[in-house]
Amino acid sequence: MTMTKPEAETVTSTPIANSLTAGRLPTPAPWIILGTAIAVSAALFAVLGVASGAGFDWGGAIIVGGLLYVPSIWLFSRLVEGGRRAKDRLVTALVTGAFLLAMIPLISLAITVVTFGLARFDAEFFNSSMRNVTGEGGGALHAIVGTLLMTGAAAIISIPIGLLTSIYLVEYGRGRLAQGITFLVDVMTGIPSIVAGLFAYALFAIFFGPGIRLGIAGAVALSVLMIPVVVRSSEEMLRLVPNELREAAYALGVPKWLTIVKVVLPTSIAGITTGIMLSIARVIGETAPLLIAAGFTQSMNYNLFEGRMSSLPVFVYTQYANQGNPPEAYLDRAWAAALTLILIVMALNLLARLVARFFAPKFGR
Amino acid sequence: MSSAATTIKAKQRPGDRVFSGSAVFAGSMILVTLAAVAIFLIVQSIPALFATSDEASILTTNFWDYVLPLLFGTIWAAALALLMALPVSIGIALFISHYAPRRLASVLGYIVDLLAAVPSVVFGLWGIGVLAPAIQPVYSWLVTNLGWFPLFAGPVSGTGRTILTAAVVLAVMVLPIMTAICREVFLQTPVLHEEAALALGATRWEMIRMSVLPFGRSGIISASVLGLGRALGETMAVAMVLSASGVISFQLLTSVNPSTIAANIALSFPEAYGLNVNVLIATGLILFVVTFAVNAFARWIVSRRKEFSGAN
Repeated sequence: MTMTKPEAETVTSTPIANSLTAGRLPTPAPWIILGTAIAVSAALFAVLGVASGAGFDWGGAIIVGGLLYVPSIWLFSRLVEGGRRAKDRLVTALVTGAFLLAMIPLISLAITVVTFGLARFDAEFFNSSMRNVTGEGGGALHAIVGTLLMTGAAAIISIPIGLLTSIYLVEYGRGRLAQGITFLVDVMTGIPSIVAGLFAYALFAIFFGPGIRLGIAGAVALSVLMIPVVVRSSEEMLRLVPNELREAAYALGVPKWLTIVKVVLPTSIAGITTGIMLSIARVIGETAPLLIAAGFTQSMNYNLFEGRMSSLPVFVYTQYANQGNPPEAYLDRAWAAALTLILIVMALNLLARLVARFFAPKFGR
Repeated sequence: MSSAATTIKAKQRPGDRVFSGSAVFAGSMILVTLAAVAIFLIVQSIPALFATSDEASILTTNFWDYVLPLLFGTIWAAALALLMALPVSIGIALFISHYAPRRLASVLGYIVDLLAAVPSVVFGLWGIGVLAPAIQPVYSWLVTNLGWFPLFAGPVSGTGRTILTAAVVLAVMVLPIMTAICREVFLQTPVLHEEAALALGATRWEMIRMSVLPFGRSGIISASVLGLGRALGETMAVAMVLSASGVISFQLLTSVNPSTIAANIALSFPEAYGLNVNVLIATGLILFVVTFAVNAFARWIVSRRKEFSGAN
C-alpha cells in the first residue's frame, strides 16, 4: 500500500518514458553505491593509515566498504522504492555477504598453506624421513608411506564390507535386519573420529596389552569411519539402477547373483567409484584416531603389524606441537606436509568427479 | 508381504547362496562393529568411573569432577559454533539456491564443499597461525569497550587462542555440511508455491519468507543438529587452537578457557599410562553418548519430515 502512492505521484508529476521502471532504482545503482561505499572506506583507511604510520590495509578497506554498503543500499531503496523493496535489497545484500564471508576463510587458508608450504616443498621433503634429524632438513617420507599404507589397509577392509552391505540393503534386505542395519549405519556416520581411535586402541590393547600402537590399529579406526560413508554412497547409487534392467535379466533366466554382478554393478560402478574415492578423501585427513591408535615415529615403518606408524596429518600435528630448535624448521615442515595433504585430498576429489562424469552409464540411447 | 507365500520361489543356485550369504555377513559386520565399539568402550571405562586421584594421576578428586568441565566446554564451544554457522549457512544456501545465476549455482556449491575437504589439522594450523593473531586486536577492543558485558569480561588473552577463536574455526568446519543440507531442502520447495508468491506481487525476500523458509524449516533444524554433532566430536582444530585450563567459564575472550572432551583426549592420550588411559576412554564414552543422542534427534526430525511431506 505504501508502494503504490509514490509511484503514482512520480508518474503524474514528471513525464517518464517508461512508467514500469518509475519509482525504482536504476539497474546499475547498487553497483554504483557499492563502489562509492568502498571508495569512502578506502579513503578513510588511507587517512588513518597515514595518521598511524601503518601501511594501507586493502582487506580491511574492502570489508568495511561492504559493511557500509548494506545500510546505504537500504537507505537509498527506502527513499526511492519504499519499505518492501528496501527490505528485499537488504536481504539480497546480506545473503550475498554470507557467501562472501564463507569465502574469506577458504581463500585465506589456500593462500597461507601455499605460501608457507612452498618453503620446504622440495625433493628432500619427499625422499627422507625424520630419523636422526633435529633442526633443519628431514622430510615426511615415513609419514607419506604410513598414510598410504594405513589408508590402503582401511580401504581393503571397508570397501568389501561397505559394498556388500549396500548390496544387501538394496537387493536382499527386508524386514528387521535391514532396518536395524540402516539405523546403525546412521549411528556410525555420527561416531566422532576420536572415539573410533579409542575403540581401535581398546580393541588392540585387549590382545597386545596396554600402550600398544600399531599401523593396523590406525587402519581399523579409519575403516570404522569409512564403512558408513561407503555404504551410504553405494546404496544411493545402487538404488538409481532402473528396475527394468534387473527384470530384463531375470526374464532371460539369469540368476540373481549374476544379475547383480553383471548388470547392476556395471551400471552403477562409476557412481560407486566416486563414492569410494570421496570416502578415502574423507579419512585420509583424519588426525585424532591415528594419533591415538597408531602413534607417531621418526623413522620409516613399512610393517602395519609391528611398531608405531606415522601419517601425514599426525606429522603435521607433531611437527607443530613438539617444536625444537630452530622452531621455523619444524613449522615449515608442518606447513609443507599440510600442503601435501591438501593436494592429495583435492586430487582425490577431482578424480572422483571426473570418474563420475566420464564413466557414467549412458541412458536413453 | 501376504503375497509372499503364493509367489514361486526362484531356484537357489550355489552362487546365489554364497553371494547372499556374504552380503548378509557384511551387513551383520556393521552390527558387530558397532556393538564392539560400545562394549570395548564400556569395558575399558568401568574402572575409571570409580577411580580416585590416588589411582589415576590426572584426576584431582573423582572422575565426575574431571569430566564435568570438559563436557561443559564441549557443549559450549559447539553451541557457539552453531550460533555463528547457522545464519551464515542459511544465507549461503539461499544465495546458491535462489540468488546466484543458475549456471553458477553448482560451481558455487562445489566451492563451498571445498571447505569440507580441508583436513581438520590444517584448520588447526590456520587457526593458530592466521586467525588467532588477526582476531586478537578485535578481542582487546571488545574487552576495553564492551567489557561490562559478562561474556566479554577481561583480562583479554594476549594470543587470541580463546574459546571464541576455537568456535569460529569449528563454525567454518561445520559450514559445508549445514549449507549442503539447507541447499538441498531449499531446492525442493515446490516451484508452484514460489511462483504463486511472486505472482501475488511478493518481492524475492517475501517469496522466500512465505514459501521457502516454512517448507525448509525441518531441514534447517536437522542441518543445525547434524552440524552440532560434528562440532561436538571435532578434535584437532580445537586441541591446537584452544589454550585450555579445565575450568567452567562462560567468558569468551580470556586466556582461561574450558577444554573439550575430544581435544583433551588428543592432548593427554599420547602420554597417558595406567588408569589414566581408562579415564580418557571413559570421557570418550560420554562424548559418544552425547553425539549419539544429538544425531538420533536429527534422524528423528528428518524421518518425521519424510512422513509428512509425502516425498520419497
